Amino acid sequence: MSVLLSARGLRIAFGGLKAADGIDLDVMEGEFLAIIGPNGAGKTTFINMATGYLKPQAGQITYAGRNILGMTPRQIVRLGVARSFQLPQLFTEHTVLENTALAVAAREGVWSPFAPLLRPRFRREAEEVLDRFGLLPLAGQRADGLNEGARKLADIAMAVALRPRLLLMDEPTSGVASADKMGVVETLARVLRQSGVTAVFVEHDMDVVARFADRVAVWGQGRIMALGPPEQVLNDPDVRRDVIGIGPGEASHAAA
Amino acid sequence: MRRAGEVLLVLLAAALVLVVAWTVPWLRFVLTIALAKGLAVLGILLLLRAGQVSFGHALYLAFAAYAIAFGAARVPETLLLLPLAAIGAALLGLLVGLFVVRYREIFFGMLNLALSMVFYSLLEKFYSITHGTDGIRLPPTTFAGQVLDPETQGWAMLCLALLLSILFAVLVRIYLASPIGQALAGIKTREARLEFMGISGRRVLLSAYVLSTLMAGCGGAVLAMTTRHVTPALSYWTASGELVFIAILGGSGSVAGPFLGAVAYELTRVYAAALVADAWQMVLGAVLLLVILFAPGGLWGMGRALVGRRRQA
Repeated sequence: MSVLLSARGLRIAFGGLKAADGIDLDVMEGEFLAIIGPNGAGKTTFINMATGYLKPQAGQITYAGRNILGMTPRQIVRLGVARSFQLPQLFTEHTVLENTALAVAAREGVWSPFAPLLRPRFRREAEEVLDRFGLLPLAGQRADGLNEGARKLADIAMAVALRPRLLLMDEPTSGVASADKMGVVETLARVLRQSGVTAVFVEHDMDVVARFADRVAVWGQGRIMALGPPEQVLNDPDVRRDVIGIGPGEASHAAA
Repeated sequence: MRRAGEVLLVLLAAALVLVVAWTVPWLRFVLTIALAKGLAVLGILLLLRAGQVSFGHALYLAFAAYAIAFGAARVPETLLLLPLAAIGAALLGLLVGLFVVRYREIFFGMLNLALSMVFYSLLEKFYSITHGTDGIRLPPTTFAGQVLDPETQGWAMLCLALLLSILFAVLVRIYLASPIGQALAGIKTREARLEFMGISGRRVLLSAYVLSTLMAGCGGAVLAMTTRHVTPALSYWTASGELVFIAILGGSGSVAGPFLGAVAYELTRVYAAALVADAWQMVLGAVLLLVILFAPGGLWGMGRALVGRRRQA
């Protein structure tokens, strides 16, 4: 396996808060890497830096061997790095179908003013993506009328419609009803595995992490405290005490 | 079926304009002016879709009008002057647009206003070139080399305004349905997401801005050739405010809104001025207040609601 995304010595501070204090991380092609850690540890900041939204004060980031430091979000997404958001970022006055079709159009080139957005090819592809997420019945609904779980999925569907090579997801299951959670992640994991997408996801549900992550990175105060396969990391006594917040022997799902 | 209905509606509206102009001759001038302003308002509608309001679009209208005034003194040919003036306005729009599309909302609106007032001052102060507030009188323009009598000239201008209105209304509709047009509406709700999808919000807004200035240019050209007198007042901020006023009056839900609004505005103005000479602005203000309070979709939205209710009944 080759390294797809590589971060070296990333540092950034907001006022006195060190959100990244020397982050070194390699994301391998094809893996699912979970990022866990308490609130304020810098997990989202890492995603923001990797997608060009924030510029680290020091350090290097390369993607597929290319230096992406200083690139804009637009340039980075064009290289194949898409992201989804903790708070869904949908075009609220558009339908779910239009939202997804716009992502398809964004990939295919948006500058064709003489054919409608919902031309047959874009519509078909958008419907395909929505179908894989089980959102097809909601395709005609305006995005601001959806419930939190569906908004979350639509947000991820838009990122997937960009056909990224690397997908960064910020808490994909927050807001999804706990009864649906496993189903949602199951679907998501299948879609991503099928298309060979490498995924990095910030997650608070340890059951989801244990089941779907190939590796887990534990964030704490802007540093990576532990990194490895879930069975090893999630059973590390320090991680259990400091991050998951439970003593040895207790059930891991209590941490969510 | 729906498309056929729309084509029919457009033809009916065009026929109505011609019939009114024929039965009430002095309204021909009023309708031509209304359509010319409608063209500029269509540009305002485009920017409204992105959630942006320009309080300075009269700049492009005035620019094209003065371009016609200077051009007509040399080559008084309508079919040459009009495209040149419109393209000139669009080029100016591109230049200004590159700068103003970096800003949003109040900053976007005020920058446009400031630039239009700069242009106003230039027109007013350079008396030796522009004749200041006296303005410039235009000779009658020819149509494809033909010198027309005033009556025919009036009809020619109305037909030209009508054709341009239909052409640009169709064009804007196609544009709005396209990916760029939809991305334009995305600027209003979630511009940051556009960037994370690889779409430049600024470039999308710039395309709409240039198109809007092209239309304002066409409107200004028709206006100049119809009134045959241009003054700096064309670029004054109240002229820009008038365009926004008409956009809200007509409603931004359809490309028909600007023209509906412009015709209603000009007719209200003419009749209100005749009825209550000193208080016509108050009548207009009251009309706008009523529209905002009771018909936020403008005249177009009001008409649609009425048709919808009848269909249900």
